[in-house]
Amino acid sequence: MKRLVPGLVIGALVLGSSAVYAQAGGRLAEVQSRGQLVCGVNGGLPGMSVLNADTGLYEGMDGDYCRAVAAAVLGDANAVEFRTLTADQRATAIQGGEVDVIFRNTTNTLSRDASWGDFGPTIFYDGQGMMTRADLGATTLEDLDGATICVTSGTTTEQNLADQMSFRGLTYEPVVAAEIDSVYGTYEEGRCDAVTSDRSQLVGRRSTFANPDDHVILDVVMSKEPLAPLTAHGDDQWTDVVTWVVNSTMEAEELGITSANIGEFAGGENPVVQRLLGETGELGSLLGLSNTFVVDVISSVGNYGEIYDRAFGPDTALALERGPNALWTNGGLMYSPPFR
Amino acid sequence: MTEPQSDRRSTASVPFYRDVRVLAVFSQVIVLAVVLLVLGYLFNNLYSAMAEKGFLPSLSWLGLTAGFEIAETVVPYDSTHTYSDALLVGLLNTLMVSVVGIFLATLLGLVIGIARLSKNWLVNKLALGYVELFRNTPLLVQLFVIYFVVFLQLPGVRESITLPGSVYLSQRGIFMPRPQLASDGWIWLTIVVVGIVVAALVWSAAWRREAAGRPANGLRPISLLILFGVPIVSWFLMAAAPVTFEEPVLGKFNLTGGLKFTPEFAALTLGLALYTAAFIAEIIRGGIEAVSKGQLEAARAIGLKESETLRLVVLPQALRIIIPPLTSQYLNLIKNSSLALAIGYADLFNVSRTISEQTGQPVAVIIIVMSVYLVISLLTSLVMNIYNRAVQIHER
Repeated sequence: MKRLVPGLVIGALVLGSSAVYAQAGGRLAEVQSRGQLVCGVNGGLPGMSVLNADTGLYEGMDGDYCRAVAAAVLGDANAVEFRTLTADQRATAIQGGEVDVIFRNTTNTLSRDASWGDFGPTIFYDGQGMMTRADLGATTLEDLDGATICVTSGTTTEQNLADQMSFRGLTYEPVVAAEIDSVYGTYEEGRCDAVTSDRSQLVGRRSTFANPDDHVILDVVMSKEPLAPLTAHGDDQWTDVVTWVVNSTMEAEELGITSANIGEFAGGENPVVQRLLGETGELGSLLGLSNTFVVDVISSVGNYGEIYDRAFGPDTALALERGPNALWTNGGLMYSPPFR
Repeated sequence: MTEPQSDRRSTASVPFYRDVRVLAVFSQVIVLAVVLLVLGYLFNNLYSAMAEKGFLPSLSWLGLTAGFEIAETVVPYDSTHTYSDALLVGLLNTLMVSVVGIFLATLLGLVIGIARLSKNWLVNKLALGYVELFRNTPLLVQLFVIYFVVFLQLPGVRESITLPGSVYLSQRGIFMPRPQLASDGWIWLTIVVVGIVVAALVWSAAWRREAAGRPANGLRPISLLILFGVPIVSWFLMAAAPVTFEEPVLGKFNLTGGLKFTPEFAALTLGLALYTAAFIAEIIRGGIEAVSKGQLEAARAIGLKESETLRLVVLPQALRIIIPPLTSQYLNLIKNSSLALAIGYADLFNVSRTISEQTGQPVAVIIIVMSVYLVISLLTSLVMNIYNRAVQIHER
């Protein structure tokens, strides 16, 4: 009994200190004093976030947005500590404050918004798709009646799959694993006839297969999957920072500002550009950032179009068309509220 | 009558704060109070931290529709069932892996453990190699190897390996005919059960006769004859075959019908059994070697046969040493079954992770899962402790 007491006291100190941590000032001040942004990413997903073995950097849309936030907050796009998370680690990672922000192909849903944290603007409009072996000859979900389907645990896809299949009166056998590498490895070995996930993920993972051409992605979209950044509840300033960093990349694309030509816009006549780049007004300081944070963002990661093209553009192995991810001026859904 | 007097004087002379009995009680009360205070502080801290972040656990989600499918279910389940049903499915899957795993691990551990005692050099060293290999590599790695390198490398479902008796082996699992009781099959089943009981009675009669020093008079062969003869004879006396077999049939994607064991189940059960068997083998070897040599020599000296020495002298003493560490190995196996998550077997932990994601209630789900594992482990301990008490020395 007496030996138990010191253990409990240590336990109390550990838990106590975490409670004090939660009461400390806003996340923005914390990131700035730390000098580094802790960003939750997938880490194994071409197009979204995948480690480049040569540079040691995470590439892809999620990785670029982590860098964009670091550029805006710290003035240094490389001041990011990437934290790879599995799908079901996301909720606890953001609630517990382990990461500052999550850019991990996370679908914005009502229940997650209510229980996980706050979502920023959608950075990628995705939809759940189905990949299957070409030699099975399946073209619709109905062709997959009775099939074995691989799926990642702790994702919206698991529930969508059940909804879509039972709605159509189809049966299937799920194989559910937690690690994304296990899921696609299991599928590639032939344990499953098909694998389901967001279409961007299917395209990305297919590019890593030994024989990508042996696999087809069915022409069905089973759900809406708006992928958005996630911040913790109860820190409005920090959520606003993330939101407007994302918006700035879309606004920049709309105004034709790229990382290459941003110098030409300096000292220009257009008042909209002047406000965006912080030459007039004090928009940045309203968020607690420098007034020229957009310049830092665009010159280091580029505008939305540049980020998209590096991740999914025609020059990449994925070559995914912009579709709904085009700017609203081009018939897409990407739309930034005005900077004023 | 001087004793009580001196006693009274001594109590009167020692003040209560120096009285050992009072102090003993007092110190225990203090320690208890401190422990309760610390626990209360911890709980209060946890509660207020969770309230502040807005994720106080609740249980209201248990009755909601789960909305996800589970591949392997012992009880009927589909996506329209509730979260509590899903948890039950996961629990039953965990129990199935645990029970089969414990059975296989014990059997294999016994064989390896005895092989370790063998005087045959090759057998001895093979067993040693087995123990060292499985005991000294991580279980998770072993599971990955068994799943990805063994089971998923089996041929595809259309090129299944066909074993005699319509058993199909493929990367989709092991498929075999499912025995089904025909309409009047229960009559045959009753006859078989009665036959087994009678055979057991005859066998124990033979045993009692021998124990009393009289010859068994061929009662043992009679018992075996009843055991095997009754089911066979009554099978052919029935009008129709009392048990039919539903054979697996190749559908468009999978074999359907029949009994099925998925590669996830097979890999997990096999992995747990192989790993735990290495530890059990060492426990059994240690237990048998702990019986002092004098006991063996004494047994031989009074003319006991080798089998009798083992049954009457060695095992009763070895079991006393074996059972307690064996219990902790069983508990380890049950808890290790939560590694199912890595290879996609739908055990309690795997299902609970999906639930905690969908409900946004990780704290409540984790508390439930921990409590369930705790209860399973405590029940296992209880059963093993009862057995342990039965094999201990009964002092009269």
